[in-house]
Amino acid sequence: MWVSASAEGITISGERTEGASQTRPFAAKNDAGRLRAWKGRNTMTDDAIAPSLTALPLAALHVELGAKCVPFAGWSMPVQYAQGVMAEHLWTRSHAGLFDVSHMGQVRLPKSALAALEGLIPADLLGLPEGRQRYGVFTNDAGGVLDDLMVAHRADDILLIVNAARHAHDLAHLRAHIAGVEAVTDRALLALQGPEAEAALAALVPGVAAMRFMDVAVLPWQGADLWISRSGYTGEDGFEISVPVTHAEGLARALLSDARVAPIGLGARDSLRLEAGLPLYGQEMDETTSPVEAGQGWSIGRARRAGGARAGGFPGAEVILDQLAQGAPRRRVGLLPEGRAPMRAGVALFAAPEGDAQIGHITSGGFGPSVGGPVAIGLIAAETPADATLFGDLRGKRLALRQVPLPFVPPGFKR
Amino acid sequence: MKYTEDHEWLSLDGDIVTVGITEYAATQLGDVVFVELPEIETQVARGDEIVVIESVKAASDIVAPLDGEIVEINEALVDNPALVNDDPTGAAWFFKIKIEDDAALDEFMDEDEYKDHIGE
Repeated sequence: MWVSASAEGITISGERTEGASQTRPFAAKNDAGRLRAWKGRNTMTDDAIAPSLTALPLAALHVELGAKCVPFAGWSMPVQYAQGVMAEHLWTRSHAGLFDVSHMGQVRLPKSALAALEGLIPADLLGLPEGRQRYGVFTNDAGGVLDDLMVAHRADDILLIVNAARHAHDLAHLRAHIAGVEAVTDRALLALQGPEAEAALAALVPGVAAMRFMDVAVLPWQGADLWISRSGYTGEDGFEISVPVTHAEGLARALLSDARVAPIGLGARDSLRLEAGLPLYGQEMDETTSPVEAGQGWSIGRARRAGGARAGGFPGAEVILDQLAQGAPRRRVGLLPEGRAPMRAGVALFAAPEGDAQIGHITSGGFGPSVGGPVAIGLIAAETPADATLFGDLRGKRLALRQVPLPFVPPGFKR
Repeated sequence: MKYTEDHEWLSLDGDIVTVGITEYAATQLGDVVFVELPEIETQVARGDEIVVIESVKAASDIVAPLDGEIVEINEALVDNPALVNDDPTGAAWFFKIKIEDDAALDEFMDEDEYKDHIGE
């Protein structure tokens, strides 16, 4: 997909939840592991939910495919189809999964805006070749993150893909600094992910086979221009495909008619990105977490670092460049709970089985279907020894977690 | 069989009530990956959250439907949580509770009332 590190997954925390439908019998726990009222209440609490939901261009197809839809960021989104989250997740890792991510924001800028965009994003964008895309974050003056996004350098424009929940915010932010910002409203966004994605998409659009990871191209299909990137948010090889709304259902049906392709909901999208160690805006990072702390310091190119050709020059540069040089106060860490209980976002982390001050918290966590057990990502005090066993407070008990490198599953990108 | 608004089924045998969740609830939860059961001989009060049940998507709870004492738990669910999806109204019972007064069951729904409750 276009969005590697963003995209709004859904987790079961006090802030965002994924699967909570109006009819769900059980309420989600809040992020402290305590219980909220249960029974049929909608636990979706994303503040971006609009009073009236926008239907995706493919809403009718989702219903036909047996989707269970939930509100997210103002959209009615398919959280799972008939197969269920577990099977959808595993299907994507071994075949090809089709995701409707049309809720994400597509934004066009004039090519001349690249320099100005560098004033908002600490990435080497002037060094981004045409036909390539790059991951970046919008920072604030404190060095926190306003959103994460993909920036594609195309023949005639710059295309950004931003998180749905931050779309309106990002448009305002961009327009305050850049002229000619255009929200693309006549296109759907599909993602085809998994080891068989190339074969399935190439059967319709042969040109994709020649693309490498993070390439972007405009390729024709049945008279429509498809804006395709070889990227995604699952840790697998795959593509994100921006398609005119007029052709979206036709393309989705053509892909689904391939036996290798199954429809995959946002539930599996979240477990796939979690196993892939990819950050979700609002969880791994937010306005109080720097990209360095969130493990995204790699996205700050050499040219933007101290001593680089265009060092600094973005909001919060002083803080972020200092963290790159001296270390950040907190660091992101992969965590494997030693028991079987999933530990989800918000679980407090400690250095010892009892007493002691909290050293951090879990930012995303749950069951990893490919791992076959619980997995989590945490944000902890940087001075914590890398081999230290951590303890999460789950329902009043301290349960051990082991620090492990991310990702939990090896990436399948075609470099 | 009786049913609660919280989508539990209750099966009475003498003064022992076996408790599980309905097929509707199991379907709504999705793939169950973790179950934590109460301890045997625990005294519980109606409404106590005594079982943690987690699917890939979410953590949920099962409450004690009645006052009483937990006399048996289904350890098989701890080793094989997917049983909840495979056989929710049979092999995947959660616990057995010894109650004082079986008249307490009268207020719960019968099968037809439960079907109305979930809109079937």
